[in-house]
Amino acid sequence: MQVDKNWTPTIVAFCCNWCSYAGADLSGNNRLSYPANVKIIRIPCSCRLNPMFILRAFQRGADGVILCGCHPGDCHYTTGNYYARRRMTLLFSMLDYLGIEKERTRVEWVSAAEGAKFAATMNEFVEAVTALGENKRLEDFRCKQ
Amino acid sequence: MQRIGVFVCWCGSNIAATVDVEAVADALSKEPGVVFATNYQYMCSKSGQDMIREKIKELGLTGVVICSCSPRMHEATFRKTCESAGLNPYMVEIANIREQVSWVHKDKAVGTEKAIILGRAAIAKVQLNTPLIAGQTPVTKRALVIGGGIAGIQTALDIADAGFPVDIVEKNPTIGGKMAQLDKTFPTLDCAACILTPKMVDAGQNENIRILSYSEIEDVKGYIGNFDVKIRRKARYVDEEKCTGCGTCMEKCPMKKVPNEFNMGLDNRTAIYIPFAQAVPKVATIDANYCLKLNTGKCGICSKVCLADAVDYEQKDEILEEKYGAIVVATGFNPISLEKFDEFAYSQSPDVVSSLEFERLMNAAGPTGGTLLRPSDKTHPHTIVFVQCVGSRCDASAEKGKEYCSKICCMYTAKHAMLTREKYPDTEVYVFYIDVRTPGKGFDEFYRRAVEQYNVHYIKGMVGKVVPEGGKLKVQASDLLDNRQIHIDADMVVLAAAIEPDKSARPLATKLTASMDTNDFFTEAHPKLRPVESPTAGIFLSGTCQGPKDIPETVAQAGAAASKVISLLVKDNLVGNPCVAKPDELMCNGCSSCEKVCPYGAITYEDKPFRGPNRTTLIRRVAVVNPAVCQGCGACTVACPSGAMDLLGFSNRQIMAEVDAICK
Ligand SMILES: Cc1cc2nc3c(=O)[nH]c(=O)nc-3n(C[C@H](O)[C@H](O)[C@H](O)COP(=O)(O)OP(=O)(O)OC[C@H]3O[C@@H](n4cnc5c(N)ncnc54)[C@H](O)[C@@H]3O)c2cc1C
Ligand code: SF4
Ligand code: SF4
Repeated sequence: MQVDKNWTPTIVAFCCNWCSYAGADLSGNNRLSYPANVKIIRIPCSCRLNPMFILRAFQRGADGVILCGCHPGDCHYTTGNYYARRRMTLLFSMLDYLGIEKERTRVEWVSAAEGAKFAATMNEFVEAVTALGENKRLEDFRCKQ
Repeated sequence: MQRIGVFVCWCGSNIAATVDVEAVADALSKEPGVVFATNYQYMCSKSGQDMIREKIKELGLTGVVICSCSPRMHEATFRKTCESAGLNPYMVEIANIREQVSWVHKDKAVGTEKAIILGRAAIAKVQLNTPLIAGQTPVTKRALVIGGGIAGIQTALDIADAGFPVDIVEKNPTIGGKMAQLDKTFPTLDCAACILTPKMVDAGQNENIRILSYSEIEDVKGYIGNFDVKIRRKARYVDEEKCTGCGTCMEKCPMKKVPNEFNMGLDNRTAIYIPFAQAVPKVATIDANYCLKLNTGKCGICSKVCLADAVDYEQKDEILEEKYGAIVVATGFNPISLEKFDEFAYSQSPDVVSSLEFERLMNAAGPTGGTLLRPSDKTHPHTIVFVQCVGSRCDASAEKGKEYCSKICCMYTAKHAMLTREKYPDTEVYVFYIDVRTPGKGFDEFYRRAVEQYNVHYIKGMVGKVVPEGGKLKVQASDLLDNRQIHIDADMVVLAAAIEPDKSARPLATKLTASMDTNDFFTEAHPKLRPVESPTAGIFLSGTCQGPKDIPETVAQAGAAASKVISLLVKDNLVGNPCVAKPDELMCNGCSSCEKVCPYGAITYEDKPFRGPNRTTLIRRVAVVNPAVCQGCGACTVACPSGAMDLLGFSNRQIMAEVDAICK
């Protein structure tokens, strides 16, 4: 397989408004850098993440998708992240079955105080996805162009 | 197609140093729907905001994208700006190119590219934004407090003080709760009645407070600001308005063998009764289970002796319908039943008592007039064994008792031991404990005083068995620190029974759609940040119904709940968050999946007519979201198997448009 030296993965990070989005802001405040491949989409709560969004991302050519939410027990809406955790466990194992490796999907709890954790997580995640190379499994090439 | 204006902010050099703002504006100006794109030093400054306003008016913008700092900083600012220019505030989206770009990516080319992509995602989202209008609901300026213990009383007094009318619904004939039964209270040892009864009188006399005693909640409908509550006023067979509380009826009532619940069944009362002298309201109640007139038709003495003509054997339950803006739950606790703990011989010997019974035996207004006497033979006990943690901190697998710590037992047992030694220095007092837990202001000092000053024997270990034998109670226990078996011939054994929420709390929670934990304590909206609110908007929690608490904590929480209620009731209208869930009625099949995941009980179902084939009308059950209650978490949108539920402001299409823009 030919590997493009300049290739970098496209990563979509869904962050809940109350903890993780604030955590990402904090890593900005503290100038803790992480790769620019990571693009954040703000959602009100991790439980808002419809599996459909993840499938869509992979279809459109994302190479990795990560969901960040409040730590268990700290959800702004009390129980949202528990729903998210259960749903993602199911979805990720199904994706794995479809050939989207487990390393391309991830759930991480990042609090509003964990700017450093946010940056570290993104660094790690981008590295892991880069090692896997491009996602070709679910990509719908009709979408390009 | 929207007419979108894009405003790229430099944030001085915060953004401009590592992002080519001009290139960003330039690239975004070519996006579909964008009619204007510019960059400016400080978008949030007055001149920046003026520019946005001007362009909205000049170009008739229908959507605005601001590439700037985090929306957590200035989303509200820019929404207001747009609103003041006549654009719906929810037609604004922010691309966070400071915290997420210029501050974390040093390379200008890389940063510029990412800023453009984030800008595109925001534009793609704005394309699908719809004007949202926050709903307004009027607030009924009146509160309901359920439960008239110290928690309910304090909450009601504080709300009434702020000038709002409050109703207290108490299921017993009088308010006061458990605190009215206590003798002295830790850590200061002041008498409970001396500090409680003035508050009860205040509540009774406060013109903003109405006490509905001997009443229960029948039904609750509505939502925050607008609850419709049905209250059952149980027949007490005495006219509250006429009864003066003189007590003549109690003297004359021939049915004198009714277990007196206020004294924990340690003595008897009459069928017509006032629970205790300082009861509020001080009104007699006929106990229909025991009244001779009501059961056999013969007697009627109380009616004859009542000078106020207050007795009315024909009285029926009445249903009151009232409106409230806020509801406070203050249903308190009860000690658990000790029947599963018969190793301590509670059912075999009257001299094995619970701690609450012990309070009554020590109380000057109790069955023994405050002299500590054994219930069996009315003699003075010389050796007393206290057992802590009876039914608390139990193993879940043991299938009896509670897993949690009841929190108050260590302190009140120390209190009981100390008071006993003070009053009767000739009494030997033993306390068996697993741990002594006395955090709290002045609490550990209090416990140490029991040990050091009053020579109470504290023994770490559990009592295995209590056997009544020859007038004594043979206590077999182990001393864990000395690793030996202990046998004590006690005259009395006092069990610190675990506490649990009132049994009526669970059905009440269902009526209120308020959630509870597995132990039936009410859960709070957030365990740390919203400790006195229920997840159901407009329902507040006060006192031990939320978890074990002593009086100081109960009062603190009661005040906190009151202040939350007051800040709700001062509002004329509630302005909602318009980013709420919205079901598509045509797609919804009424499956109830959404209702099950909603933490706030915002979803109900209605039967609605739809057009069927051949001009027929079909009635279908569909989900309805109450926007005043929905908090916009989105849990339901994902749970919905038919894809009928969507979230305004974060709709499926909007988020997918962002995904597409990012992955392009
Ligand atoms: C033996 C013992 C000793 C104690 N000693 C101390 C002490 O020394 N110092 C201290 O700080 N704390 C002490 N406590 C703790 C103290 O009693 C509680 O903290 C306090 O009483 C809690 O008040 P509350 O209002 O939450 O509950 P409660 O006093 O239980 O009041 C609840 C009220 O709500 C009513 N109610 C319940 N359900 C409904 C319903 N569905 N509808 C209408 N009304 C309802 C009940 O009838 C009751 O009147 C002691 C507790 C015990 C058991
Ligand atoms: S968005 Fe959340 S709060 Fe609103 S109805 Fe759905 S589950 Fe309930
Ligand atoms: S989950 Fe969806 S289909 Fe089911 S009742 Fe709720 S909105 Fe209707």
